[in-house]
Amino acid sequence: MDIALEQVDYTYAAGTPFQKQALHDVNVRIPSGSYTAIIGHTGSGKSTLLQHLNGLLKPTAGIVRIGDTQVTKETKGKQLKPIRRKVGIVFQFPEHQLFEENVLKDVMFGPLNFGVKEEEARTRALSWIERLGLPEGTAEKSPFDLSGGQMRRVAIAGVLAMEPDVLVLDEPTAGLDPAGRKEIMDLFYELHEQRDMTTILVTHSMEDAARYADHMIVMHDGTDVLQGPPETVFADAERLAQWRLGVPRTVSFQRLYEEGAGLPPAPPALTEEQLAAYLAADLRKGGGAS
Amino acid sequence: MMEKMVFGRYIPGDSFVHRLDPRSKLIFVFIFIAAVFLANNTVSYALLLAFTLLAILASKVRIGFLIGGLKPVMFLIAFTFLLHIFFTKEGDLLFQLGFLKIYEEGLRQGIYISVRFLVLVLMTSLLTLTTSPISITDGLEVLLNPLKKVKFPVHELALMMSISLRFIPTLMDETDKILKAQLARGSDISSGTMKERIQAVVPLLVPLFVSAFKRAEDLAVAMEVRGYRGGEGRTRYRQLKWDWRDTTALLILLAVIVALWFLRG
Repeated sequence: MDIALEQVDYTYAAGTPFQKQALHDVNVRIPSGSYTAIIGHTGSGKSTLLQHLNGLLKPTAGIVRIGDTQVTKETKGKQLKPIRRKVGIVFQFPEHQLFEENVLKDVMFGPLNFGVKEEEARTRALSWIERLGLPEGTAEKSPFDLSGGQMRRVAIAGVLAMEPDVLVLDEPTAGLDPAGRKEIMDLFYELHEQRDMTTILVTHSMEDAARYADHMIVMHDGTDVLQGPPETVFADAERLAQWRLGVPRTVSFQRLYEEGAGLPPAPPALTEEQLAAYLAADLRKGGGAS
Repeated sequence: MMEKMVFGRYIPGDSFVHRLDPRSKLIFVFIFIAAVFLANNTVSYALLLAFTLLAILASKVRIGFLIGGLKPVMFLIAFTFLLHIFFTKEGDLLFQLGFLKIYEEGLRQGIYISVRFLVLVLMTSLLTLTTSPISITDGLEVLLNPLKKVKFPVHELALMMSISLRFIPTLMDETDKILKAQLARGSDISSGTMKERIQAVVPLLVPLFVSAFKRAEDLAVAMEVRGYRGGEGRTRYRQLKWDWRDTTALLILLAVIVALWFLRG
């Protein structure tokens, strides 16, 4: 399902003394099946943009196209429910959305709301609880007895159990320990590959964006300033710095190395593996900063 | 959703009313509320209305915004207005349609009560619109201080008030976030039968209460580690200052009350 925003404006509390324009003239295309990372400094409009992707917010001007559906200012609430079934959102700190008496019921909540049969919802819920690496017997526990990290997994399972075509992740690993972060990010990537899902990741971590994404959108001051593959985006550290963004650690190391060795800048190494390969190739040539 | 709400919102500004001491504003509003009940004829109600409008002008709050935010109260006002019109059976008969009879006295009472309501709501909204929650609690604490003599926990009350006021916007944000998260999971609050709608509130309320409990616990710990030991022997960072404006405001109010007294029939 392609998602496209055309000349989208969004103003909070329009018509009151508190009004604040959060998006202006956003033109973004998220191709079906892509892994898109949205980056930008705090307050650049990332989260507002994200809420347009399943009709939680309707644009004050412009059009949002989600698959065959168009969302404009006039779109009625009822037309949005089918969109929400297809576009699942994992919000920041999703553990705050748990409410049922046990984990199983909470994970089943989404599917049941979208008309999945009870039996089917239960099967899905159990398989997702297992898939997210939650210990046996978690399904019967109260979500409020779990640890923070486990609660996060239950909340994510609750969104995945809806089996959406598009998965939107708003900083899904904020506040998790490094091992948990990697595990969850790898799981999302695996799902992305297996299910041919469109994945949209909003993140502050340039490393995550570089490692997983194949398409990037850079937001600044409520508008999209750059779109393209991570290689292009991270090649231009100067412009990123203007938008108060950085490059992944691998890229900054690579640049330091090139400077020291007097080499021209090569395409950015997006992961540690790519960086290692680049360094190995250079050393084999007999170069090196030493 | 709650963007257009006026009640309890504070709009920072710089006007005569904004610069008043919270104590004088509180005293002003309390006396004004009592004074509203003095009015009992057309001239005195007109005076009240005019005075209220003047106060709004002096505060530089946009009237359109104020009126727009009063919509929920408008329903109440309209309701009492209609009650008065249809159930007062005094004075001349003005209009009759079947069993519906409207009397002159009913119409008059209806209008009076509506004006009284409107004036009360406008003045009290003006207080919260022009005074930051923190200074309202500061003002209240000082004003209630004499009650300490009868063992009334003034400091605790003021502390509770300032904490609650501080967390209203935070909890509103949180409500909005949880609401959106549940909407994204297909929960639907704005459609369905009454029963379905009430059930749809549960996924919103439970997380909200849970997070309020957690927040309270964290806040209590954070206060204790910063050395909070209760109200005894504390000093104040924010000092209240009474100046000529405050005296003027109260004198104007006094003049209005005297006028009301002579104008009432």
